[in-house]
Amino acid sequence: MMTHALQIQDLRKCYGGLEVLSGCSLEFEAGKVHVLLGPNGVGKTTLLRILNLLEEPTEGVIQFNGFKEDGQDGSLIRREITMVFQRPALFKTTVYRNVAYGLKLRKVSREKIRERVGEVLDLVGMSGCAGREARTLSAGEAQRVALARALAVRPRILFLDEPTANLDPYNARKVEEIILEIKSRDQTTILLATHNLFQAQRISDRVVFLYAGRVVETADTRTFFEHPKEELSRQFIRGEWI
Amino acid sequence: MKRIALFWIAVCILFSMPLPSVSAEDAVRIRMASTTSTQNSGLLDVLFPAFEKATGGRIKVDLIAVGTGQALEIAERGDADLVFVHAPELEEEFVKNGFGVNRHPVMHNDFVVLGPASDPAGVKDAHTAIDAFQAIAKQKALFISRGDRSGTHLKELAVWDKAGVNPKGEAWYIEAGSGMAAALRVAEEKRAYTLSDRGTYLNYRTRISLGILFQGDPALYNPYGIMAVNPKRFPHVHYKEAMRFIEWILSPEAQSLIASYQINGEQLFYPDARGN
Amino acid sequence: MNLLCHGVQDAVRLILSLDRSLLDILLLSLRVSCTSVLFGALIGISLGSLVGLRHFPGRDVIITLLNTFMGLPPVAVGLMVYLLLSRSGPFGVLGLLYTPAAMIIAQTLLVTPIIAALTHAAVTGVDPLIGDAAKSLGADSLYQGFAVLRESRYAILAGVIAGFGRAIGEVGAVMIVGGNITGSTRTMTTAMVLETGMGNFELALALGILLLMLAFLVNMGLHLLQGRGY
Repeated sequence: MMTHALQIQDLRKCYGGLEVLSGCSLEFEAGKVHVLLGPNGVGKTTLLRILNLLEEPTEGVIQFNGFKEDGQDGSLIRREITMVFQRPALFKTTVYRNVAYGLKLRKVSREKIRERVGEVLDLVGMSGCAGREARTLSAGEAQRVALARALAVRPRILFLDEPTANLDPYNARKVEEIILEIKSRDQTTILLATHNLFQAQRISDRVVFLYAGRVVETADTRTFFEHPKEELSRQFIRGEWI
Repeated sequence: MKRIALFWIAVCILFSMPLPSVSAEDAVRIRMASTTSTQNSGLLDVLFPAFEKATGGRIKVDLIAVGTGQALEIAERGDADLVFVHAPELEEEFVKNGFGVNRHPVMHNDFVVLGPASDPAGVKDAHTAIDAFQAIAKQKALFISRGDRSGTHLKELAVWDKAGVNPKGEAWYIEAGSGMAAALRVAEEKRAYTLSDRGTYLNYRTRISLGILFQGDPALYNPYGIMAVNPKRFPHVHYKEAMRFIEWILSPEAQSLIASYQINGEQLFYPDARGN
Repeated sequence: MNLLCHGVQDAVRLILSLDRSLLDILLLSLRVSCTSVLFGALIGISLGSLVGLRHFPGRDVIITLLNTFMGLPPVAVGLMVYLLLSRSGPFGVLGLLYTPAAMIIAQTLLVTPIIAALTHAAVTGVDPLIGDAAKSLGADSLYQGFAVLRESRYAILAGVIAGFGRAIGEVGAVMIVGGNITGSTRTMTTAMVLETGMGNFELALALGILLLMLAFLVNMGLHLLQGRGY
């Protein structure tokens, strides 16, 4: 019996008259890495922002574990999901305070915070940097701290929006390794938006291929890359759009 | 960060605490609206302490020194207990309209016509203030006017009026729009004529080359009057204490203090209440 | 030039002799300006962040008003507060006219728009992703606002410094509502006006230099605090 961490039905999003997402219906299985694949500007970021409750859909239903997302449950769900953005968006303070932020909001005790911050910094290979000011970090280090900050709150669903787009191959690889690590360690459900075919192949269990605000194809990663059903998918995989 | 912010907030609160007052606070404070030129003459710095001593420190006078018009306006709004100004016509109107009571003449000083030693308009030879002003207009000699509706300015306009000259807009007539000290500076720089009260001139005498070219015409007298704000109109005023000050300033003791007040060895004010 | 030299000499002499009445004037200046800035910061930062973080009808009008009020002439504010606090005005019964409290009210009105407008500018200058990140990590809209405010704290502090500069150097408003009363409402700036009027230019200049030094000390303190950010 498959459990869905998240389901969406007929999700639409318009900005003014412009339709960015048109009727997406998807199911995301718990404890798996799902990649939202597609070229830039097809609505991946918008979809992630809606799922992370940063924006309201124009139409459609989102269900978290069977909860209906309304005002009351919103705050509970809010605590179980989090997101890492394309840019680190670290607060102008120390690494420690950045990572501790979500825990402080959850009124975790000081010792527990110290313990957890140590754990996640270790996980992202940044232990020993707790006292540094965030602005002194390199892009790769900053993105790993951003990841640590998100992981510190033990999210059940983690959204990642092109987290490696601005990183060098070494740091990009590091981030991928961390993602796989937390998937196996914490059974976190992961939704990652990327335009990078190889990254999708390396880390995902399932692929959702988006194009022009629509879901073109959903499949297991292997199936998707070896036997794509749709013509658009085939073109994208062959690199014809690059 | 939080600690530093707290520190600064503490500093601010510390500064916002009322300072421990040094003067005995059982003294009644009365508020006198007067003019800046009165304050600048320094006379009140002699009179106030003498009065406070005479009342045994029970009454303290707070001076609000502003322009003549503003002083009367403040009193008309009930924001002062007594008024001490030098604008007889405005004072009469103030009393007539029921804002003030018990108006008395206190003293006078006078205005002098200042100008460069070369005296291009020949003001020195004038017999009256009107002659002097007419001579200036005839020569189109530079004249600096306060131009600020102050008592001095009003006096100057009155003399022009009597002299049958309308200087407004003339190239030789400069409206400084400033206080007496600043106007003197302008006159000094431009080597121009100007009308000044004697007190300010005496204060400045050593620093400017302008000299007195005409003086002594009673038309240039500057009488000071004092009056209390009407308690029927403004029940909150300290009428009793204000009357105490008025009685005191008209007393022989205060009048002789006024007569003996000197700047640079010269008498500035002439008591007018001796007969009372 | 000569006058300037005398002014500096007099300033040094004044500082060395620092007598009671001068100290009172100095402390009153500080007390009035600091209190006004404190109130101005409380109101201004709240107002500035409100219009910076929230979208509501009339918001653009408020922002334009704030920017306009940054240039309020002190005399106009002084006059307005005078008319309000005057015995014949609506708040006359409080008897606040010609007291330090009246001066604080006037200066708060002068300082608040500056702090509010600069807070608004600071808050809108923050990367919008910061607010999103805070929300993603579980912040409600209040804490989200705090996160954005904290991000712009140095720019906001610059606004507070600007407000302090306006308050400490301002004379028009405190003159009208304070009355420049010896020993109770005389500040450094009104004392300067008085001395200038009496022709004591050197003394006035000396007071000005003293005021400048005072402002320098306060600003240095604020700058050190700001300096920690960069």
